[in-house]
Amino acid sequence: MSQTQVTVSGTMNAPKLRAEHLGVVYDRDGRSMPVLEDINLEISDGEFICLVGPSGCGKSTLLNAMAGFLSPTSGSVTIDGETVTGPDPRRILVFQERGVFPWLTVEGNIGFGLSKLSRSEREQRIAHYVKTVRLEGFENSYPSDLSGGMKQRLQVARALAVNPDILFLDEPFGALDSITRVIMRGELLRIWEAERRTILFVTHDIDEAVQLADRVVVLSSRPARIQDVLTIDIAHPRNISSPRYLELRDELLKQIGLAYEI
Amino acid sequence: MKFPRWLRPALFIAALLALWEIAVDLHPGQILPGPVSVAGGIVDLLEHGLLLKYVVASLFRVTWGFILAAFLAIPIGLTLGWYRRGEMAFNPLVQIFRPISPLAWIPLAILWFGVGDLAAIFLIFIGCFFPLLLTAMSAVHNIPAVYINAGRNFGLSQSAFVSRVLYPAVIPQLLVGLRITLGVAWLVVVAAEMISVNSGLGFLIVDARNAGNRYDLVVAGMVIIGVIGLLLDLGMRSLEQIKSFRWRSSEG
Repeated sequence: MSQTQVTVSGTMNAPKLRAEHLGVVYDRDGRSMPVLEDINLEISDGEFICLVGPSGCGKSTLLNAMAGFLSPTSGSVTIDGETVTGPDPRRILVFQERGVFPWLTVEGNIGFGLSKLSRSEREQRIAHYVKTVRLEGFENSYPSDLSGGMKQRLQVARALAVNPDILFLDEPFGALDSITRVIMRGELLRIWEAERRTILFVTHDIDEAVQLADRVVVLSSRPARIQDVLTIDIAHPRNISSPRYLELRDELLKQIGLAYEI
Repeated sequence: MKFPRWLRPALFIAALLALWEIAVDLHPGQILPGPVSVAGGIVDLLEHGLLLKYVVASLFRVTWGFILAAFLAIPIGLTLGWYRRGEMAFNPLVQIFRPISPLAWIPLAILWFGVGDLAAIFLIFIGCFFPLLLTAMSAVHNIPAVYINAGRNFGLSQSAFVSRVLYPAVIPQLLVGLRITLGVAWLVVVAAEMISVNSGLGFLIVDARNAGNRYDLVVAGMVIIGVIGLLLDLGMRSLEQIKSFRWRSSEG
């Protein structure tokens, strides 16, 4: 028993997360509607993956299935070789909007998942993540006093505080204005480089995907299948007017079926 | 020039009282007592020690009826709201009971509890129970799914989920429901006291008329009911202002 565990965790190439023949069918008024079909994906530890695809194609559904909020109709998701059967604090989903608890202060939100820690440990952890997401001075503020970008940073801090292996982010910057969105990407990369979690990031923004991801998974329109997986072979910090960047961006636009000109 | 906020309504009320007094003085008769004689009536009640006694009696009944209803209706409503099947089973019954005025229960209340506090408390309970039950049920329906999912994600036990997500999430709506229902309770107590007890502000109004047409006391009772109703409402509103309760208004 212990030997198999050693071999599984000892293998460098064992994927962190694996989706095998994953399918989800929704039931709408007695009619079955396939949303995801035969999704096969392997993600290694510490990777930053972006999921892109046409709107309504099932990106969020895939994320929810991998995070355990939705049980797949067929196939399976395994994390560290263990089948996902429900949500788990080892992997936290960050929502697009309203994800933080408005009845708790910044500190209360970050400490939400830490009730099992001792008081001093908890306070330490909270202080660390307040600093990580640069919310110093707002410890006792309520979310209603924070800007949209600060709220999303708070949500990321609350997620990181429980020390998860995987962060699932569902269009986390989708409701922010375009300037804040760019700043938030930089912040997220900074945090990711410091903390090295596996990240699955859903976005409908091509630039966002090319700026952030190690690999971009392109989903087809509904029922979604994996159309292509694009490796973004540019080191951080990325120059967003470099030829390679533009090339990858164009490739992605083409994959999604968008024209180069408007 | 900046007036304090209270000044404008205060001046308006003073002007109305003056008009009222002038009108009554110009047409003396039995239609309506003037503000001066109403004020005299209030002083009269104070001197006989009746005012405080009746106010306390009415508040006592409202408090008990309201609190009993809240302690029963809110947990039941939250549970039914959470388990939709329970709600589907219960809802038709609730919808039948809800439109029955609490006053229609007066004969049964007297039959079961006799003339006294218990009958009045029961009527207030009935008047508060159904609105609070519906408020609690809809408060659960209106919890954004995001909060529920976030709560589930952090691995809370069932009891922790209730106390740390469900309860804070429904508080703002419950407070609005409680405030409106307390207003209902204050309406019901006056009516209940007119028939089923021998004290309280409702009794004062009926008694003042029956025992010698003291309309100054009738209107005095009405004024006191209005002022206390306002104070109750202000008290409940101040609860809604507590920051960790108030989140809803600011978080669209």
